[in-house]
Amino acid sequence: MSEEIIVRLQERFAGVTPRESLDWPALNCPVEQWPVLAAALKDEFAYTFLADVTAVDWNEASPRFTVVYHLFSVQKHVYLRVAVDCPDDGEPEVTSVSGLWPTADWHERETYDMFGIRFRGHPDLKRILMWEDYPYFPLRKEFPLAGWETDLPDREVAAATGAKVIGAPMMGGPFVAPHEGPMSEREPRGGDETWTEKNPKPKE
Amino acid sequence: MAEKKEELAYDTKIEGDIVVTKADAAINWIRSHSMWPMPMGLACCAIELMATASSRFDIARFGAEVMRFSPRQADVMIVAGTVTYKMAPAVRRIYDQMAAPKWVIAMGACASTGGMYRSYAVLQGVDRIVPVDVYVSGCPPRPEALLDGLLKLQKKVGRERSLSRLGSVESPRLSPTHA
Ligand code: SF4
Repeated sequence: MSEEIIVRLQERFAGVTPRESLDWPALNCPVEQWPVLAAALKDEFAYTFLADVTAVDWNEASPRFTVVYHLFSVQKHVYLRVAVDCPDDGEPEVTSVSGLWPTADWHERETYDMFGIRFRGHPDLKRILMWEDYPYFPLRKEFPLAGWETDLPDREVAAATGAKVIGAPMMGGPFVAPHEGPMSEREPRGGDETWTEKNPKPKE
Repeated sequence: MAEKKEELAYDTKIEGDIVVTKADAAINWIRSHSMWPMPMGLACCAIELMATASSRFDIARFGAEVMRFSPRQADVMIVAGTVTYKMAPAVRRIYDQMAAPKWVIAMGACASTGGMYRSYAVLQGVDRIVPVDVYVSGCPPRPEALLDGLLKLQKKVGRERSLSRLGSVESPRLSPTHA
């Protein structure tokens, strides 16, 4: 069942290649073929439901960003995963599919918000979780969990309170549980718990 | 008619029914026993806040059952939940729109310190943007803990100079519209 769809797609779309997957069929699609492939998947292969749009940041590698789509066919009860590499590492961009699946609207906004990937043809591509002036893309690899200092979304409130968006005091975290060892010793913990925003982190 | 007018003046017959007290004591007694909360329910702690308000724990026993969603009518803002940086200005503006005297309870770890959210998106304690009177620990605090916090706040109000609270706004006033 799983590979048949990929074979059939490969007959029509030269650039499509199978992609390693542990569960559902998955394929890679070149960025320029994606709009045509998406339309075909929806109209001819009955993938009427777009379950998820997200992305992967491969850090040092190039292409750096891969947009991942999860499609579901309500008729056939199967999923399909499509991965589209963004050609430009600096300003990643793919074509929006919000015209095909309306749900892509918000998903693409989230992917833009977190990774800075632009979706060409999106009706209103602005941030959805972070506020509009936020200068960073939090799920990119170079961005730390604690975040970087910047201004509060509201200038007046920032002036009145003196508050800023700060790098969160990690206090030795993030806390991770080791997989090995007896249960009693497997509590989540950070290496060094002494530092806070007031006591700077000791140099290693 | 003439007789009635006399009743308004000093009258030995009602002398025993008059209570003499200090203005502070009377005003603080009134204030602390009818604190109308502004329920700033922002995350899971708000569920416990709702439990505190409902029949089993019944915050009405302490005069704070009138949850007001209009800041103009509220006395104490109960910040129940995770304050994200995106939400923080709204919290501050609602606080500014509350009429003095006003108080703030930070309910739970998130409101008090950012809690487990050591992250780029969460304000690390609501006391960075509004003055907090009582911190309630817990994740989430049980309703009893919030009630205890309310009682602590009532005691604190009882110790205040009642008139000192009226004019003082801790920081410059903000314009009523969003920037
Ligand atoms: S303190 Fe705990 S229960 Fe309360 S809002 Fe934070 S995470 Fe939720």
